[in-house]
Amino acid sequence: MSMNTSLILLLILIIGFAAYLAGRSRALATSNGKLSVLHSLPGYHGTYAAICTIVPAVIVLAVWAVAAPAYIDSSVRGALPETVLSQGAATTELALGQVKSVANGLTLLDDAELAALENGSANLRDALAAKGVPLAGDGEAYMVKAATHFNAMTSTSRIVMAAVVFLIAVAGAVFALRGISAPFRARNQVERVMLWTLMLASSIAILTTIGIVGSMLSEAIRFFNSVSPVSFFFGTVWDPRFAAAGSEATQGQFGLLPLLSGTLYIAFVAMLFAVPIGLFAAIYMSEYARPAVRSIAKPLLEILAGIPTIVYGFFALVTVGPFLRDISAQMNGLITGNYVSFIQAQSVLTAGIVMGIMLIPFVSSLSDDIITQVPRALRDGSLGLGATRSETIKKVVLPAALPGIVGALLLTASRAVGETMIVVLAAGVAARMQLNPFEAMTTVTVKIVNQLTGDLEFNSPQTLVAFALGITLFCITLCLNIYALYIVRKYREQYE
Amino acid sequence: MNMMSEAAVEKALDRKMNAVPFKMIGKDVSVYYGEKRALFDVNLNVRENTVTALIGPSGCGKSTFLRTLNRMNDTIDNCRVTGKITLDEDDIYDPNIDVVELRARVGMVFQKPNPFPKSIYENVSYGPRIHGLARSKADFDQIVEQSLQKAGLWNEVKDRLHEPGTGLSGGQQQRLCIARAVAVSPEVILMDEPCSALDPIATAKVEELIHELRANFTIVIVTHSMQQAARVSQRTAMFHLGNLVEENDTDKMFTNPDDQRTQDYIMGRFG
Ligand SMILES: Nc1ncnc2c1ncn2[C@@H]1O[C@H](COP(=O)(O)OP(=O)(O)OP(=O)(O)O)[C@@H](O)[C@H]1O
Ligand SMILES: [Mg+2]
Repeated sequence: MSMNTSLILLLILIIGFAAYLAGRSRALATSNGKLSVLHSLPGYHGTYAAICTIVPAVIVLAVWAVAAPAYIDSSVRGALPETVLSQGAATTELALGQVKSVANGLTLLDDAELAALENGSANLRDALAAKGVPLAGDGEAYMVKAATHFNAMTSTSRIVMAAVVFLIAVAGAVFALRGISAPFRARNQVERVMLWTLMLASSIAILTTIGIVGSMLSEAIRFFNSVSPVSFFFGTVWDPRFAAAGSEATQGQFGLLPLLSGTLYIAFVAMLFAVPIGLFAAIYMSEYARPAVRSIAKPLLEILAGIPTIVYGFFALVTVGPFLRDISAQMNGLITGNYVSFIQAQSVLTAGIVMGIMLIPFVSSLSDDIITQVPRALRDGSLGLGATRSETIKKVVLPAALPGIVGALLLTASRAVGETMIVVLAAGVAARMQLNPFEAMTTVTVKIVNQLTGDLEFNSPQTLVAFALGITLFCITLCLNIYALYIVRKYREQYE
Repeated sequence: MNMMSEAAVEKALDRKMNAVPFKMIGKDVSVYYGEKRALFDVNLNVRENTVTALIGPSGCGKSTFLRTLNRMNDTIDNCRVTGKITLDEDDIYDPNIDVVELRARVGMVFQKPNPFPKSIYENVSYGPRIHGLARSKADFDQIVEQSLQKAGLWNEVKDRLHEPGTGLSGGQQQRLCIARAVAVSPEVILMDEPCSALDPIATAKVEELIHELRANFTIVIVTHSMQQAARVSQRTAMFHLGNLVEENDTDKMFTNPDDQRTQDYIMGRFG
């Protein structure tokens, strides 16, 4: 019987809880009924004892759980026959995998079946198949031995781990409980642990970001080894032909400009829709709507922000695109008698409108927050001079809120630039530079998706270009965000 | 325009205050915030070219009454006013009256200086601009200069008219707000604790200013300072728990009030 890790974890937590109770009552006992003699409240002593019990034990548990399998693997691998090892790493790993499934199967067999296996009267593959463990290949004699070895090591490791971890937990509890005294500063210790925990959490967030950027950057650099940055950043043709394997000659052209212009054009059209509507909605919400209306309308508007963008993509593909195409055909027919649509179903306009709809709630809720932050005193000052509401909004509230609103719009723009699903479905894949909003254009994000879909290896410029595109997009949105946050912050300070 | 000549003002002062005509008349004014009643049938009249001080302990309804005089209470969601208030015979709660025009006639200065985040010049020209009181740049220049002069701020800011009003000191900001109110040429100016955010020197300046403004405007001021009420006002009204306790000549109020509660409050026995 082996103890699994989650059970051990549970037991550690129980010991920790016991240590908490013990710590608390011990501290209470030390105080002789006068809480004021304690430096820290009993609860802190308890928490400190629980921390001493749980934290070291859990750390050891985690390290063990990672390190032990690696150690066992290498030990079993070393014990494989020379004939296997000599065939290279791939074969060795394959054999190791088989040994592990045999090992798993062996635990399901009873003694009689095991004995039959050992004296060779039963076939390994059939015996395991009967227990529901499929084996790729017949299984060889050395495997049973290696598997037994593996099982033995694994169970020893589990038992030792459990013992060590419990020992550490109990030792921690004893250490903490013996240290309890009236002047002991348990509260400060707990505070320190809290600080470390919080710092750990935030550094994980930061490190992940750095890691993402780093990996993107290294792949992008590989791309720039085969395609020059100049032809990427200033190229006007996007034609990344997937070269037939081995033919280095035709590697295609990777011009960023057609994609970038498409991205910015669609984002611009989207903002053209989202900004006025969102801003007016925000003004209505913050200045005119009665509380009852506001309490219903504002959440409704924010539900829009919760719709996954792929749904907007469907909406564009199935509803808006065909609608625009058909209505343009009707309009054309009425005017020229020629019923040919001049708006394509996939077009800058379709993508822009739908993305604009998606952005409305962002614009409105961000601007709403900023407009409500304008102090009431300013409104009163203007109203008190006999200005009407709309004059007050136009001449006092909006100018005062303007920097903040601009910041909010920049944040929204950076969303528009990075938006993927809507444009994948609604904008089309034609990479060209043109100004007609009724035709298809494509964006950076669409091409990233294009280049990475399929069964690919990351070693040709055709796939690596996705990282170059990604890092470019990242830089653009990062700059927009930083600038926007800078503006918003400056605006906040103005009223503090 | 209701500008009395200097001589007329002096004469008005010489006569007993009781003889000065009423500019605004409040009759049975009650105010409710939702279910809560904040004012109980207040009958208070404001005399022309007079400074009327409203005093009383915190929460007694001074600001509430003041705001009924130019309907600033309308901007509070659940606020309801009953009773009748007239300005020169016009019922200001008449549905036909234009609130915007009313507030141009009855201006307001707030407790905390609240200049707009615009230049000094634009702060002062804001009111005239929305009411179309001037056309040409020269007209605006003149209004701005006169208003700043009336507010005693001209000499301090004449070289920096186009710098932001928020960059002035607290006292200067408050006088800028007074200039802003004066620029619309109102008939009545309401001031809600205009000096409570100011230091003693700035306070003295504003008080002096109020004293001068009386020649041209009718002023109602809320204050927590008995000294201030005594210094700047001719009439004083004492509120307590939403009721008007007493209204009298300031001199009489501070020497020999009719009501015991007034006496207690002035002597600092509650508040
Ligand atoms: N916006 C509001 N909503 C609800 N109740 C209010 C509101 N404004 C004032 N009140 C209430 O009305 C009463 C009178 O308030 P008001 O502001 O007129 O007092 P005040 O005499 O000006 O006090 P202070 O000297 O502290 O400024 C108080 O009880 C207050 O709680
Ligand atoms: Mg008040």
